[in-house]
Amino acid sequence: MSDNGTFKPVIVGFLCNWCSYRAADLAGTSRMGYPATLRDIRIMCTGRLDPTFVLRALQKGADGVLIMGCHPGQCHYQEGNYKAIRRFALLKRTLRQLGLEEERVQLHWASAAEGVRFAETVTRMTKEITALGPLDWSHNWPNEDPYALEEAAHE
Amino acid sequence: MSEQRVGVYVCHCGHNIAGTVDVEHVAEWSANLPNVVISRDNKFMCASTGQEQIEEDIKEFDLTHVVVASCSPHMHEKTFRNACARAGLNPYLFEMANIREHASWVHASDKDGATNKAKSLVSAAVHRVIHQEPLQPMQVDIRPETLVVGGGIAGIQTALEIADAGYHVYLVEREPSIGGHMAMFDKTFPTLDCSACILTPKMFDAGSHPHITLLSYSEVEQVDGYVGNFTVRVRRKARHVDEDLCTGCGSCWEKCPIKVIDTVFEAGLGSRKAIYRPFPQAVPKYPIIDVENCTYYKSGKCRMCEKVCPTEAIRFDQEDEILEVEVGNIVLATGFQLFDPRRIPNYGYGRLENVFTNLEFERLSNAAGPTEGKIVLRDGVTEPESVAIVHCVGSRDKNYNSHCSAICCMASLKFAHLVMEKTGAKVYNFYIDMRSISKGYEEFYHRIMEEGASFIRGKVSEITDAAHTPEEEGKLILVCEDTLIGRPRRVPVDMVILSAGLEPRADAQEVGYMFGAGCGDTGFFTERHPKLDPVATVTEGVFIAGACQGAKDIPDSVAQGAAAAARVLATISKKQVNLEPVRAEIDESRCSGCRICNNMCPYHAIDFIEADGVSRVNPALCKGCGTCVAACPSQVINGAHFTFDQLIAEIDGIMVDVTAGALEVV
Repeated sequence: MSDNGTFKPVIVGFLCNWCSYRAADLAGTSRMGYPATLRDIRIMCTGRLDPTFVLRALQKGADGVLIMGCHPGQCHYQEGNYKAIRRFALLKRTLRQLGLEEERVQLHWASAAEGVRFAETVTRMTKEITALGPLDWSHNWPNEDPYALEEAAHE
Repeated sequence: MSEQRVGVYVCHCGHNIAGTVDVEHVAEWSANLPNVVISRDNKFMCASTGQEQIEEDIKEFDLTHVVVASCSPHMHEKTFRNACARAGLNPYLFEMANIREHASWVHASDKDGATNKAKSLVSAAVHRVIHQEPLQPMQVDIRPETLVVGGGIAGIQTALEIADAGYHVYLVEREPSIGGHMAMFDKTFPTLDCSACILTPKMFDAGSHPHITLLSYSEVEQVDGYVGNFTVRVRRKARHVDEDLCTGCGSCWEKCPIKVIDTVFEAGLGSRKAIYRPFPQAVPKYPIIDVENCTYYKSGKCRMCEKVCPTEAIRFDQEDEILEVEVGNIVLATGFQLFDPRRIPNYGYGRLENVFTNLEFERLSNAAGPTEGKIVLRDGVTEPESVAIVHCVGSRDKNYNSHCSAICCMASLKFAHLVMEKTGAKVYNFYIDMRSISKGYEEFYHRIMEEGASFIRGKVSEITDAAHTPEEEGKLILVCEDTLIGRPRRVPVDMVILSAGLEPRADAQEVGYMFGAGCGDTGFFTERHPKLDPVATVTEGVFIAGACQGAKDIPDSVAQGAAAAARVLATISKKQVNLEPVRAEIDESRCSGCRICNNMCPYHAIDFIEADGVSRVNPALCKGCGTCVAACPSQVINGAHFTFDQLIAEIDGIMVDVTAGALEVV
């Protein structure tokens, strides 16, 4: 992978149904190219984003996670993205303690009309993660069961 | 869990997907994913043959779940859900993988990457779909009454369409009279109809219709409930006039000694009394007392209006009244506000006295206006010999509003015509691009050119009274670059009209919040789909019409008003609506009653049930955003169709190749 300089990161995306998912659709309709690094999952609102999902994606081998929602003040559910901001801040604190680089997990906004912004965000993040190299949590994580981690620590 | 049998269908979309993604390989590879019993590729899944394939396979292979990898679910999710339903499979046991907008179209230069991504997205859907559960749309009864907010032309049209069909409408208007901006205009483009002449019959109809309750000088304060059953609290502001007794005779405002500059209807050019009717054709005809300016409310004296009123209708002690109405649907037609050109100081509005706004000009030119239709300078007597009309003021300008206000080109042409017709003055139009896109508009543009108006292509950088030459003395000089001759120009004129753009109302965000309608990046209300669902909002039962949805002219506002009415009437005549079953539900046996979710919900759909010590979601109020689901510390809120299990499975599925340690699977 990174050894021969051909490292292509895998980024899991969580896109809200109303703004960022449609921005991604618009990027497609407008044929805007961006790296095939993002694998996106649609949720109705970034407010639905359980921080567990981010951890799960990293555990399963993602090199980065991109969360995208409607711009603050433009949430289709009025304020779900504000809740996402708050949860994101707490999640980042945890991830920092785990030694994760800042760039690995990012929160951005794109309205349904911002296909360009969407494509640019994915392109920029891909560059940043490529520079960092693989995260490889899938091989460093001893077991899927978090309690097993604790037990392993006691042994 | 009984046996899961998944069918996978990978669409070529002609060349759209197959040109980049190796569709056949994806279909072959998908056949080996867990629970997949049949995996096919097809030229066009959305064609009837593609849909029939799904239906046949559901029956032949006894499929329990279906995955289609094709375009965006916003495009064809409904199509394939219906195909499943036709074959007897619950439509929510279907999942879509978006390999066109999100793969083939954006990774055209990386075919392997696109194919890999398509595989991971199909795998995600396959892993997710087996956790999906059959859902039933929720049925809700619809009350036949409708609330229309805003009494401009869009709101009036909506109200009349619904009322004419025999259903009751509450029409709420903030100002003392309905009519909105259209009532202030002089003529309408491109026909040059008298605006009032075509509007007032509709206003009269709305005011006297047996099925319309007109609540003027009123504002909505609170909205509770959900589609079919909204409870709306309306504040009827005190007019200080008893509407049952008042005949609208006018004695009160004739005798009232207090003159006030009318900044609303006369755009600051004319005056009214402290007790006033906004304009002669106002509906309703009753006057109101302007408490801020009335002598009685300042000093306790005067009471002139009370003395002269022949029916004793003046009520100084009248108080605001709170009214609760029950409605099934709501239409927002709250309109726009004009861009304030003071925000562009180099245009000098408010500083240079003969710079006018478009609305001021409408009042100047209006025969019922402060100058009785005479186009004169601010001194009230001098006719201008030359007039400049500046287009795109506050529109198409990243510093102010990036959107095109849609009406200003045509309104500016109308101004040019009126100036030339009434004064014979020389007219200069300063434009960036001329946009005359509707029926009869281009013809009108040519007509105005033939009438002799000059058109200068260039954005005005400054309007100044600092003369450089003797000819410029005492004039207003417009400085711009004429981009057609490629040269800077200074054009001296007597009068400038600024075609200020249309903006969302300053309180659009708050109003939207109250009704559950969001605002987009331009600040106008967001429609459910910009092309295919332009009058609905994400909130069931709340519709939008007219300029509150985006800048538009009168014909488009009328069309949207009628369209919103048609949508409302459809739900009324069906008596019930089906709601998407994407809803949250609390497992009460495991709820600890911590109430964290209660405050999370932006729709107040979660209540704490004291008697049971648990929280409960009102499914009719829930919009399915899932915020509470993510917040529940006990993980006992189930967000239907976006459950924890479904999303975890989707993540696992999307990473299946990476986790297996084989990144490059092609």
